[in-house]
Amino acid sequence: MVRRSLEPVLWLLFSAGGVVSALVLPILVLLLGVAFPLGWLDPPNYEHLSAVLLHPITRLALFGICVVSLFHAAHRFRFTLYDGLQIKHLNEMIALFCYGGAIVLSLWAGYLLLSLR
Amino acid sequence: MSGRAAYTEYHPRWLRRRPSTYWWLERRAYLSFITRELSSIFIAWFVVYLLLFVRAVSLGHARYLEFVVWSRHPVVMVLNVVTLFFVVYHAVTWFNLAPKAMVVHVRGKRLPASLISASNYGAWVVATAFLLWLVLGG
Amino acid sequence: MADRITIQVARYRPEEEGVQTLQEYEVPCPKDWVVLDGLNYIKDRLDGSLSFRWSCRMGVCGSCGMNVNGEPKLTCETFLSEYAGGPVRIEPLRNFPVIRDLVVEIGDFMRKLVRVKPWIVRDHEKPVSEGEYLQTPDQLDEFKQFSMCINCMLCYSACPIYGLEPAFIGPAAIALAQRYNLDSRDEGSHERMDVLSEHDGIWGCTFVGECTQVCPKHVDPAGAIQRYKLTAALEGLKSFVLPRSAR
Repeated sequence: MVRRSLEPVLWLLFSAGGVVSALVLPILVLLLGVAFPLGWLDPPNYEHLSAVLLHPITRLALFGICVVSLFHAAHRFRFTLYDGLQIKHLNEMIALFCYGGAIVLSLWAGYLLLSLR
Repeated sequence: MSGRAAYTEYHPRWLRRRPSTYWWLERRAYLSFITRELSSIFIAWFVVYLLLFVRAVSLGHARYLEFVVWSRHPVVMVLNVVTLFFVVYHAVTWFNLAPKAMVVHVRGKRLPASLISASNYGAWVVATAFLLWLVLGG
Repeated sequence: MADRITIQVARYRPEEEGVQTLQEYEVPCPKDWVVLDGLNYIKDRLDGSLSFRWSCRMGVCGSCGMNVNGEPKLTCETFLSEYAGGPVRIEPLRNFPVIRDLVVEIGDFMRKLVRVKPWIVRDHEKPVSEGEYLQTPDQLDEFKQFSMCINCMLCYSACPIYGLEPAFIGPAAIALAQRYNLDSRDEGSHERMDVLSEHDGIWGCTFVGECTQVCPKHVDPAGAIQRYKLTAALEGLKSFVLPRSAR
């Protein structure tokens, strides 16, 4: 019963996460993961970074982005494990592992982003 | 399923073929599908990376510099380059498929799928431009 | 030679060897022949024991679906000349149990189809004296595409989820449910929603999209399913948040 009424909510989270991660992550990966470390672009100075990142609105937005992206990834990965590896008999454990992981990481994100000075 | 099939007069034994574990390699479409689904791992990785980045910045200039050095480590670099590919692949496949789920009616007429896709890509350009501005200069 | 072609047919005879084997035949290949013509040539002149289904031979009955060189196709709509030169491999439709040779057991689909109530469901029937149900062309366009389904089951054959999880309700069943859900004359969406919202209903679909690729009638079942996911998700959300006003 619970599984049945959770699927729509999980799918909506997955969709929200899909849209947000598609819009926001590519440029962030490019900048923070590739361009700055490789020196293609000069990273902004530390003062600017900390002013932007630690601003309450940024922190809230980042928290939202992280949580929905994590649930998007968890939902997708859960189905990949079901179908790709054909380990359906481990249904419950897979769901627990995936969404549980997303919850744990979201809690960490919340702690990091919402409880800083 | 092995051995001689039993044959009774009114109900022959049906042949049931199980999909192989490597079913996703059998067709190009299945392979692109699984690639798209695996992008989820890299999205989760990047969220972790992003959070580590924010943490480093919040802990002061020194910790931030340590993070920068770590981000140049070859393993991290390779991981992030691969992540870039997967994240872009996710975005492109997502925007191309979005019109299937979102059917928008304006004054009784259905908006063409290409318009919905185009507005998704447009939003992508806007979001990218905004974030570039935010991160680089402000 | 351009005027003959080798056809490799998967044979399965439970009363004989009991395993699936490939048998080769050489058939003529005139440019207007379809694969079904080749199969009928085999049955009429070369090997009368070959079993396969076909009926209208013009792509509207949905009987002749088979896997041709690994692709689910309607054999009456697939030209032999497309495969000129190389052998053509014809196998029974994937993801279904094989009864014999190229004949598959489709009972599973038939039962699923009935479960989604593919007919107009109304709370109150209009008496004949009140006339017909009127529908504008735009209202027709809402569901017309999904009404084109000929139940050929090529989509089930292409769907990896159905292959992995036979309990999955499948693309055609959902597309046909949508054909009625989106029909302005129908009032049965909530009845269908119970069936479709099960774990092996629409939520089993991961949008591979192959069903739409192979559909000979351009029904776009993948689109129907994604659209319905949004509808069902919003309904599910409503019943989560406001349980009493959901119905």
